[in-house]
Amino acid sequence: MADVLTPARLAPAATGSGRTRRMWRRFRRRPMAMTGLVLVVLFLLLAVVGPVVFGDPTRIDFGHVLGAPSLSHLLGTDDLGRDQLTRIASGARVSLEAGVLSVALAMVVGVPIGLVAGFYRKHLDSVVMRAVDVVLAFPFLVFAVGLAAILGPSLRNVVLALGISQIPAVVRITRGEVLAVREQDFVAGAIADGATDRTILTRYVLPNATNALIVQATVAIPGAIIGEATLSFLGLGVQPPTPSWGVMLTGAQQFLSQAPWLAVWPGVMIAATTLGFNLLGDGLRDVIDPRSAR
Amino acid sequence: MNLLSIADLTVSFDTEAGTVRAVKGVSLTLAAGEILALCGESGSGKSVTAMSVPRLLPDGATLTGSVTLDGAELLGRPDRELRSLRGKEISVVFQEPMTSLNPSFTVGFQITEVLRRHERMSRRAARTRAVELLDLVGIPDAARRLGEYPHQLSGGLRQRVMIAIAVACDPRVLIADEPTTALDVTIQAGVLDVFRALRDRLGTAIVLITHDLGVVADIADRVAVMYAGRIVEQAGVDELFARPRHPYTRGLLDALPASARGGRLREIPGMVPPPYDDPDACPFAPRCGYADDACTAARPVLEPHGDGHLAACFHPSTVEAVDA
Repeated sequence: MADVLTPARLAPAATGSGRTRRMWRRFRRRPMAMTGLVLVVLFLLLAVVGPVVFGDPTRIDFGHVLGAPSLSHLLGTDDLGRDQLTRIASGARVSLEAGVLSVALAMVVGVPIGLVAGFYRKHLDSVVMRAVDVVLAFPFLVFAVGLAAILGPSLRNVVLALGISQIPAVVRITRGEVLAVREQDFVAGAIADGATDRTILTRYVLPNATNALIVQATVAIPGAIIGEATLSFLGLGVQPPTPSWGVMLTGAQQFLSQAPWLAVWPGVMIAATTLGFNLLGDGLRDVIDPRSAR
Repeated sequence: MNLLSIADLTVSFDTEAGTVRAVKGVSLTLAAGEILALCGESGSGKSVTAMSVPRLLPDGATLTGSVTLDGAELLGRPDRELRSLRGKEISVVFQEPMTSLNPSFTVGFQITEVLRRHERMSRRAARTRAVELLDLVGIPDAARRLGEYPHQLSGGLRQRVMIAIAVACDPRVLIADEPTTALDVTIQAGVLDVFRALRDRLGTAIVLITHDLGVVADIADRVAVMYAGRIVEQAGVDELFARPRHPYTRGLLDALPASARGGRLREIPGMVPPPYDDPDACPFAPRCGYADDACTAARPVLEPHGDGHLAACFHPSTVEAVDA
């Protein structure tokens, strides 16, 4: 590739933060990655600041039912006269919570399991991985739908259902990384220096597996956001009147011919957010993990 | 009194193809401050023999015989007890300086980690000691280097850092597995100087695993040559180079560029025998120019040939005659 031998790549980094700076420089040169970053930052802004700025998303105004986009309601109003922009912003927060919390849950549970299974191998590994295979045999969404149906509809249960559904994938990826890292010479060195298993896992294996896990988390979040929208769309997730993009899509169905903008904007938001996280994840993978650089 | 003593050690591995006996009855001793070189081709069992001491062997290794450190038996000790010896009493320096340091932490962290583990040092004391150690292994500007990551160091510096970690707790025995193989010749000499300094300063006994006879001549006090899982010759370094008794040792010396004297380098014909079969014959006989019926009828044992010189060969004088 053309950028391999630029001076920036050759210059030795002066400090540990120099490494981060170098990664950022490489990241910045990738237009797709930067697009992803911008989309994700906009989404985060909307989710964090939006609900504060736009106010109550459940305020009903029967004077403006199914209003087309206008200056007072930029994205129009729904069948109860609620402002769409306000609901989109609140929906962003729901998506963020569902996406981030469920992935966090899957990581907190899945990473330790993957670490231990991959490090000790033998029977434990076989048992864990067969269990993972069983769960992975179900499509992610089918499994999540099943779980959500059992748990009952609420944002908390959506997070639980999506989080649990993602655990097997996290276990598998963590284990794969552990298998690669544990064969490295520095692990043999740590054993020769008298390190305990715990030290080796926490200081040698986990830190050298984090890059892959960060990438995995970034790629898993959009999956969870779509999962939330799907569950809510099916009525298994967030319940009206709480605005979730999936809930909004369900409502928009009946008015598709009268008020198509009701369906367009939640759909665009889901697509843009998912795209943003995926582009960001791909960019991070390229920059952080040299093995998959090209 | 010997610091380290290995007696009739055998190491075997269970594999799918059957049991492989990598080490077949090796006896060695090592005094404090002594540097012993273990030589031999790949697969001769030299690394397995040395790594049996801190028991850094792959899963499935079975050991018999005896390994004692200061008279205390190490074989059969639980892993937990060995762990407290590793890095403290017995240290290892590996071959690969480029990949043997943890890329996620600074050099300083990795040195102090060992000190804090084995010596229960405070963070500050460990840091002071780490600077001393980097000075000891000849790394200039030690205090600054502590904050650097492995990827910021050259191979020679990384190897020195690894040696610093290995000797951090003043080990009694240091096992160096091909420590200079991956390094430039100029850096090799520096690393050997570090070993010599350690021996002189701390009285560390060093087991040097190498197939580089140049390194052996440079630093070792005594040499043990291994072939197919056994020691075939053992002597002081000057004695061995001057009067090799075993044809295999002779062949190794002839394969050195310096011994060719303008002529063609002589290689040893044939291959190391596979570890599966172990006939009751001299394992080197198929490759040996002096082999006769005696060599295929029985296996020669190590016999003394003057001042601490041991060789396992039926025709030791023949070998000497060629040299004259």
